[in-house]
Amino acid sequence: MRPFSLKQPTSIADAVALLAKDPEARLLAGGTDLIIRLRDGTIRTRMVVDLKRVAELDGSIRAEGAGLAIGAKAAMTEIAAHPVVRDRYTALAEGALVVGSVQIRNRATLAGNICNASPAADTSPALLVFGAVVIATGAAGERRIPIDELFVRSGVTTLRPGEIVTGIEMPALPARAGSTHLRRTRRRGHDLASVTMACVVLESGETRLAFGSVGPRPLLRVDTSGTLADPAASEAARTTVLDGMLADASPSPGSMRASPEYRLAMLEVLALRAAAIARERLAAASPR
Amino acid sequence: MTAMDVPEAPAAVSLKLTVNGRDRSATIAPHRTLLDVLRADLGLIGTKECCLVGECGACTVLLDGRSVDSCLVLALEADGAEVVTVEGLARDGRLDPLQQAFLDHAAAQCGFCIPGQLVAARALLGSNPAPTRAEVEDGLAGNLCRCAGYEQIIEAVLDAAEREGPAGSAATRSRPAAAAPGHGATGTGLSDPASVPDARVAPQ
Repeated sequence: MRPFSLKQPTSIADAVALLAKDPEARLLAGGTDLIIRLRDGTIRTRMVVDLKRVAELDGSIRAEGAGLAIGAKAAMTEIAAHPVVRDRYTALAEGALVVGSVQIRNRATLAGNICNASPAADTSPALLVFGAVVIATGAAGERRIPIDELFVRSGVTTLRPGEIVTGIEMPALPARAGSTHLRRTRRRGHDLASVTMACVVLESGETRLAFGSVGPRPLLRVDTSGTLADPAASEAARTTVLDGMLADASPSPGSMRASPEYRLAMLEVLALRAAAIARERLAAASPR
Repeated sequence: MTAMDVPEAPAAVSLKLTVNGRDRSATIAPHRTLLDVLRADLGLIGTKECCLVGECGACTVLLDGRSVDSCLVLALEADGAEVVTVEGLARDGRLDPLQQAFLDHAAAQCGFCIPGQLVAARALLGSNPAPTRAEVEDGLAGNLCRCAGYEQIIEAVLDAAEREGPAGSAATRSRPAAAAPGHGATGTGLSDPASVPDARVAPQ
């Protein structure tokens, strides 16, 4: 690995000042992506800024209003195990639970996964269907960025140079909702996904799908017709709705994980399955 | 050539951490990994260097009680932390029950992955003293064995869990409190097979 200096600031202000001083400095959260790329040379920098000692940042997951606030240091292990995430934001818990291995999940943070903006990231679809908001602080102050406005393409977000993600907010959900995250991998266990899919069905009849690894960024599509939420709808009716929702998927022909044809075929299969699971969970959550 | 091509070597800095219960220190360049410092500076070569991308788990150590790939941790991130390597599993000259079970089940073939397997298994049993076979598979999914000795490894972990029992595990194997958050492999809600994404859709 090429030498670099390591700064371990203890406040957000100090971290922001370091980034202002060297715009090519890189932020270190869990390190499960950054250190690989520092070693293979795809990222070169003179300075790495480790955020783990910043006092204002923490790994807490706590109720905020009727929603949830997730600290920038929260690792996948905490998110996957948190009772409220599992109960209310189930798709996010399921997505976090399949990121890498135990060892990776013990280090990798949700904030880092967002900033990395991989189209195959397992947490992105869930964040999209729940309408997560990313909190970022930079020299110009704090911004709240809806997650759907954050992703651009792999490694590129709308975060401005020098901005640091300080937390993620999960908005309140309607009293009743059902959600799930599914993915297609080449093998069981530790693998990158060939297709990711999250779905939430709300009691209003709205169904939100978000899917990744089929284009430069994960996409969010919403069905307000009620068809996907309707347990009695025919598969033909669902497929017609899905054809429109999934139309913008554009898998890369150059990927070694799966062909575009395979990904598109699986995308619809996963969408149908995810909607079915989310519907069942919504029904199970209903008062009898 | 630009300045980026010839970085000025940053000054070496002092590192202090606890490894296997002993206070250790070293003076290191800031870009070095925990794996590198354990092996090269502290002489603890049980932890193996292999893929260096977090795929294989041969470099697994416990960092404040949690299993991590030490190839993806800068040594300075572990400054002040407590590290347990495979050398720290045996106590008072007695093998850890996992080590004994690995021997009894002939779980080591070439042996290269075994230090990582043992440490990952130690972390698993620390948070889940009575795992199911599926939970062992999930807990060790980050540890590859090129000899494909998975059956013996899984059997050894299950056997060690049985030998230790919940009480034995808690009493003799407690690690720093940070071990508590666990793996996400256990609990409620996600135990419904229909809700386990990989089990549902992954190719076999």
